[in-house]
Amino acid sequence: MASSTQPSIKTKAVLEMQGITKTFHGFTALHDVNLTIYPGEVHALMGENGAGKSTLMKILAGAYIADAGEIRIDGQAVKMTDPGQARDLGIAIIYQELNLAPNLTVAENIFMGSELKKGGTFIDQDEMRNKASEVLKNLDANFEAGDLVSTLSIAEQQQVEIARALKDQSRILVMDEPTAALSDRETEKLFEVVRRLRNEGIAIIYISHRMEEIYALADRVSVIRDGGYIGSLERSEISAERLVEMMVGRPLQDLYEHKRQANPGPVVLEVTNLSDGRKVKSASFQLHAGEIVGLAGLVGAGRTEIARLIFGADRKASGEIKLEGRSLNISTPDDAIEAGIAYVPEDRKDLGLFLEISSGENITMNVLGREATAGIINSKSLFKIVADAINNLGIRLASPSIRAMDLSGGNQQKLLLARWLAINPKVLLLDEPTRGVDIGAKSEIYRIISDLATNGVAILMISSELPEIVGMSDRVLVMRAGSLVGEVGGSTGEAITQENIMAYATGAREVAKS
Amino acid sequence: MSQTQVRTTRNGTSDRSQASKGQAWRNFIQVAGILPILVAICIIFSIVSPSFLSPGNLINVIRQASINIVLATGMTFVILTGGIDLSVGSILGVTAVVGVLVSLIPGLGLLAIPAALLAGLGLGLLNGSLIAYLGLPPFIVTLGSYTALRGVAYLVANGTTVLNRNLNFAWIGNNYLGPIPWLVVIALLAVVASWFVLRRTVLGRHIYAVGGNIRAARLTGIKVSRVLLFVYGVSGLLSGLGGIMSASRLYSATGMLGQGYELDAIAAVILGGTSFTGGIGTIWGTLLGALIIALLNNGLTLMNVSFFWQLVVKGLVIIIAVTIDKLRTRSSAA
Repeated sequence: MASSTQPSIKTKAVLEMQGITKTFHGFTALHDVNLTIYPGEVHALMGENGAGKSTLMKILAGAYIADAGEIRIDGQAVKMTDPGQARDLGIAIIYQELNLAPNLTVAENIFMGSELKKGGTFIDQDEMRNKASEVLKNLDANFEAGDLVSTLSIAEQQQVEIARALKDQSRILVMDEPTAALSDRETEKLFEVVRRLRNEGIAIIYISHRMEEIYALADRVSVIRDGGYIGSLERSEISAERLVEMMVGRPLQDLYEHKRQANPGPVVLEVTNLSDGRKVKSASFQLHAGEIVGLAGLVGAGRTEIARLIFGADRKASGEIKLEGRSLNISTPDDAIEAGIAYVPEDRKDLGLFLEISSGENITMNVLGREATAGIINSKSLFKIVADAINNLGIRLASPSIRAMDLSGGNQQKLLLARWLAINPKVLLLDEPTRGVDIGAKSEIYRIISDLATNGVAILMISSELPEIVGMSDRVLVMRAGSLVGEVGGSTGEAITQENIMAYATGAREVAKS
Repeated sequence: MSQTQVRTTRNGTSDRSQASKGQAWRNFIQVAGILPILVAICIIFSIVSPSFLSPGNLINVIRQASINIVLATGMTFVILTGGIDLSVGSILGVTAVVGVLVSLIPGLGLLAIPAALLAGLGLGLLNGSLIAYLGLPPFIVTLGSYTALRGVAYLVANGTTVLNRNLNFAWIGNNYLGPIPWLVVIALLAVVASWFVLRRTVLGRHIYAVGGNIRAARLTGIKVSRVLLFVYGVSGLLSGLGGIMSASRLYSATGMLGQGYELDAIAAVILGGTSFTGGIGTIWGTLLGALIIALLNNGLTLMNVSFFWQLVVKGLVIIIAVTIDKLRTRSSAA
């Protein structure tokens, strides 16, 4: 491991990737990409989804072999042919989907594949636990080496992965969107860990879509677009405008330029004293036609749970839901859909899409019955719905028969939106509508949401990205520990700012709701 | 936006034919995955045994395949939802015995077929309700009914062979529609009807959706329990049909009729390219899979291969076919 000197850009590069080219079946995923990483720096790697970041990192990990180009570690050219070799060279990758066995202990996970042995045969649990504890202490972790991984939060599980990398004496640590599933507090904790590792001389390649994280962490940023290397910026040169321009290839004035004049109509949805007896405590609020209401709060505050209760995905313990003044009896999603309520879940792959099924069939899945005669599918009318959706939402695909799994994240999200818009909802519940979506698609999704509101749909938008909440919402409800604790914007007199929202979300400010 | 709107209307039709072409091509690939193996088997057997390719023998092969085609068709529905039905052979046994017994009741003989079909449907729905409404794992539920219903078959037959020399539905197993045996006609009708349900109805799409992503299906408002109930019901009903077909051929039934049939049915579905985890597959693939199994049985017998070796070859072909399919889909996915 490099000595714990202060990070300095002048030191010798620990990793150089030069002229990396990779094609798959005639499709060029990477073309002549360069990347130079120094010890003790946090090097952000940015680019839209599909730009080639993952491919580049898989080449670094030895999962793919480059067609051309050279990888040098400490100036020595290496041929990376399998993941084990990458590990031996001190390269560790922490993927978005964590790679842990939930029913094993933290220590067992840290030493998985390189278990310590007694007498060459039996696993030495004690020694593994001791060694693991040491590494965990170094990370300032709040859990024990003997804990089961399944009992840990996502953030803690991430620390286990980091511990595993440290145990291997990794000098290059790649983190692929590590904060995607973390709350703000957990993110801050992760940043501390990242900074500490940097100060120990470890080189960190940090992949992220979030501009705030780049500001907070990055010493340098490299940008990839369409498989090509666009350039790198030093910390002093980093600005959102420049990065967005490099990533998208054109200046992007304002992501939220679609923000329209709020013009709320009559109350559409009225929720009174909604509780599930566990995570949601007596929530009451109203949604007006043509209004975008943000629902903010820390992860675990109960935002998703509220949406699922309204939608009938979970059983409510008490409370009343009224749509256009009529009391609804919702016990299944089917009932909610019938009433005109749509819910776009946060995890599109797990809860939303049918990945092996064609994009067209995904779009029409909710309206098959409506368009059918005696249960027999009406291909003609379905085709028209698909064609309209693809045009109106700007979904980019070669043909509707392409499987949903073959689309980019942004197009998948639009596919899911399209499916729900097909039912012409009166109320649209959006849960993290732009998670894992690149900036170009984000801006388009914002446009779609704004247009829907303009057309009178009442929208509740859950998001962990405060800039998104601030930029899009006419009014913001803030949740903390299962309760709606505050409201900003609208008629409250309090401006919609990140500070005001966070004050409620963290409990720094409390106001009795009228 | 208005610009793009115009573009669609103009290109609407061509896009559409392209789309359905893409769909058709994908289905073709899925089915064709196994077709070369079927052709290869035919070529090998026709070289080794000249009588193999005679029309008479080929019709014979399809007739031998017909009961497995019917069972595998029901199994396709179940496996498409990510489930499994181990009880089809046992249900076939029960329903065959029931069919022959009812045919022996003076005055009620005509009810033999409806009775067997209803018994099959009822047993399938029983499986289905345990799986759909109590949330029990399909493997466990149908393993239980596989064992219990085998016992029921012996009990209903009173441990002996029930025989009816004047079986009123014997025409099914022994007569022809033109040159084609009724058994084959019925099997193909079952396939076509299933194709229609799977590809042309809302329910069919929901079956694929439930198999593809059951959690998303729930959040899409699909009544998942009803879909599951339906597929096990269909599997039971078609097992009942299989019972009628078996009994009609033999003029009799015993408690052991249909033993091991579930494995051939599952093999046919998997050979046909249907994913064991659900959501992917076609009924045409299943048809080819069932034909391959029947061709192997027939060809190996013509070649005087011993029964023991037949088992070995059949097992290996299943593994090899699925391996080839796996390699093929992997290379096309990368």
